[in-house]
Amino acid sequence: MLKSLRSLFQPKVTGIYPEKHKLTATAAIAEAPLSSHYILPLKQHIGEICTPLVRVGDRVLKGQKIAKSQGYLSAAIHAPTSGIITKIGEHAITHPSGLSMESIFIEADGNDQWDTTLATLQDWKQLEPSILRERVRLSGIAGLGGAVFPTFIKLLQDKNHPIESVILNGAECEPYLTNDHRLMVEHSEEIVLGLQMILHMVKANTAIIAIEDNKPDAIACFQRIITAQELHHIEVKSLPSSYPQGSEKQLIEFLTKKQVPAGKLPLHIGLICQNVGTTKAIHDAILWGKPLIERVVTVSGDAMPNPGNMRVRLGTPIDQLLAWHGLENMDGCHLIHGGPMMGERLGHAHAPVVKATNAVLAFLPQTMMAAHKEESPCIRCGDCSQVCPASLTPNLLADLCRQDQFEKVADYHLFDCIECGCCSYVCPSHIPLVHYFRYGKGQLATIKREKAFADESRQRSSAKEARIQREKEAKEAAAAKRKQARAATAPVTPPTQPTEGQS
Amino acid sequence: MQNLFTAMLSFSLFALISGILLAIATRFFKVEGDPIVEKIDALLPQTQCGQCGFPGCKPYATAVAEERAEVNHCIPGGERTMLAIADLMGVEPKEIEEGPTAPMVAFIREDECIGCTLCIKSCPVDAIVGAPKQYHTIIAKDCTGCTLCLEPCPVDCIDMLIKPELLEHWAWPLPGSNRAELGHERKEQHHA
Repeated sequence: MLKSLRSLFQPKVTGIYPEKHKLTATAAIAEAPLSSHYILPLKQHIGEICTPLVRVGDRVLKGQKIAKSQGYLSAAIHAPTSGIITKIGEHAITHPSGLSMESIFIEADGNDQWDTTLATLQDWKQLEPSILRERVRLSGIAGLGGAVFPTFIKLLQDKNHPIESVILNGAECEPYLTNDHRLMVEHSEEIVLGLQMILHMVKANTAIIAIEDNKPDAIACFQRIITAQELHHIEVKSLPSSYPQGSEKQLIEFLTKKQVPAGKLPLHIGLICQNVGTTKAIHDAILWGKPLIERVVTVSGDAMPNPGNMRVRLGTPIDQLLAWHGLENMDGCHLIHGGPMMGERLGHAHAPVVKATNAVLAFLPQTMMAAHKEESPCIRCGDCSQVCPASLTPNLLADLCRQDQFEKVADYHLFDCIECGCCSYVCPSHIPLVHYFRYGKGQLATIKREKAFADESRQRSSAKEARIQREKEAKEAAAAKRKQARAATAPVTPPTQPTEGQS
Repeated sequence: MQNLFTAMLSFSLFALISGILLAIATRFFKVEGDPIVEKIDALLPQTQCGQCGFPGCKPYATAVAEERAEVNHCIPGGERTMLAIADLMGVEPKEIEEGPTAPMVAFIREDECIGCTLCIKSCPVDAIVGAPKQYHTIIAKDCTGCTLCLEPCPVDCIDMLIKPELLEHWAWPLPGSNRAELGHERKEQHHA
């Protein structure tokens, strides 16, 4: 009785507890062999596409910048190995549309020779935060947790919003994924150093390392380092291993009991959140002068002969990566880029590994078929609202999206949906709720774009009408002026032009 | 008797003050143009294509507002625009006769262009650049695909091309819809 009463006052339990399937949790990170060629799409982050700095036939060194960011919200791209640029053109990418993207093709020369122009910043503690941030920007680092937001923007200092605390996100809540887990166990020292660099850059005093309780080895690693180095301002916190614990806003709410307002960033409540992989990349870029050219990828799934974690160069073709794990023949296999909850299905394995690739999973057809069920009508059970970490009402939202009632979806906060998939996971009617939300978001974006284009066209068309009107008036005015001038001059000089004067 | 005059006087005074107030209000809250026309015009796609039978979007909006035209004549706007206009006008939605077409963009085959400037004059949104006896070209991003430039061209060097699907403009199709299957087919083709 008391227990049930108490549960009334406890915060709502959201999220789900799917089976974890962490097959590769104890598999040490393997180094990927050199691939014969690499394909680097010009946009691997959220923001604007990069412009190539190289031409076909150029020789590039490992770590050399080959595409520069265009505009502010962008992240540069670097060569993953030394070699020759063989082609710059369209190539398949890991996008649900199946459309391709402009990419740079590098043929490896086998020497794997480093570009040493980027200096190491050993004395980072003495350097200005702006210098370190510039290094992060130049190194092309984007959030490696999956959102690939250019990292240097998160590290900017805002006078109005001083950062109090940095949260290191070690919650790897998606089933199957173990890349962050292995990184935390094997590179905890570098990660702690990277965290101190972030603290230095944003002038924050405290930090929290948040790790789920199903990774006790990672928690122990960090605790050991923190006690040994007496880093009292860093705290390791254990989280329940629910899904989506690793989602930024949900993690912050759990740790600090503060909510990030809709449409705002954690920065606005004095926090920043960084993924452990990103923190390691920041460390490498500052201390070793290494731009972001590789990342850890989990290769797993029940169709994978030798699942494992691998440090892979960006641009490695996914079929090559799968072949290294023993999967040569992909016929009948279902491939997923990312985790099973939020990842996208891959129609083929020709696309390369990009900054967002945290996992490539391969499943047997029968596993996928068992998970795929026919959609039936909503029975109003309310399970989706119960689990929604953003406190939305997914069934109502899906109805609005299905009926194209886009003017109403804003009232139901469609854009607060983080597309975590909890609602679709628990739905007893197997409604693909997240798919409806993606459809709704896409349609709203299309409507907005078409409206902007229509407004621009209206302006152009009225500008043209105005110009024609102006020209017509100018012509008439000129004609009237000529007529007037003629009338004025006519009586004075009748003998010179008698015919005209007469008429 | 006096009461009668007081009543008459007070009512005339009241009428006078109301009249003055109304006169001021009409001066201050004057509405330029017909707001319903503006509202309809805002819903139209502004291709200025004339497929509705009116010489541009604004004339069609005026005609709809004056109930001289049905709500279903805007072909580029499609069903969504028709529904929005019907909703605004408070009339029953009507089916559009022609089905939705892929967005198009005009393209000038420059080697055949004689530089006559006729297409430039016909373009309602000034999306063609060129000068007399110079090649003309179309600013693809500003072209509304209205096809008004095709007819005046004396050498027929303008093609209408289907707008390529851009990655940044791609949107998820409705679950289980035909387009979702199409997308899947395209993926399969890509695989082949």
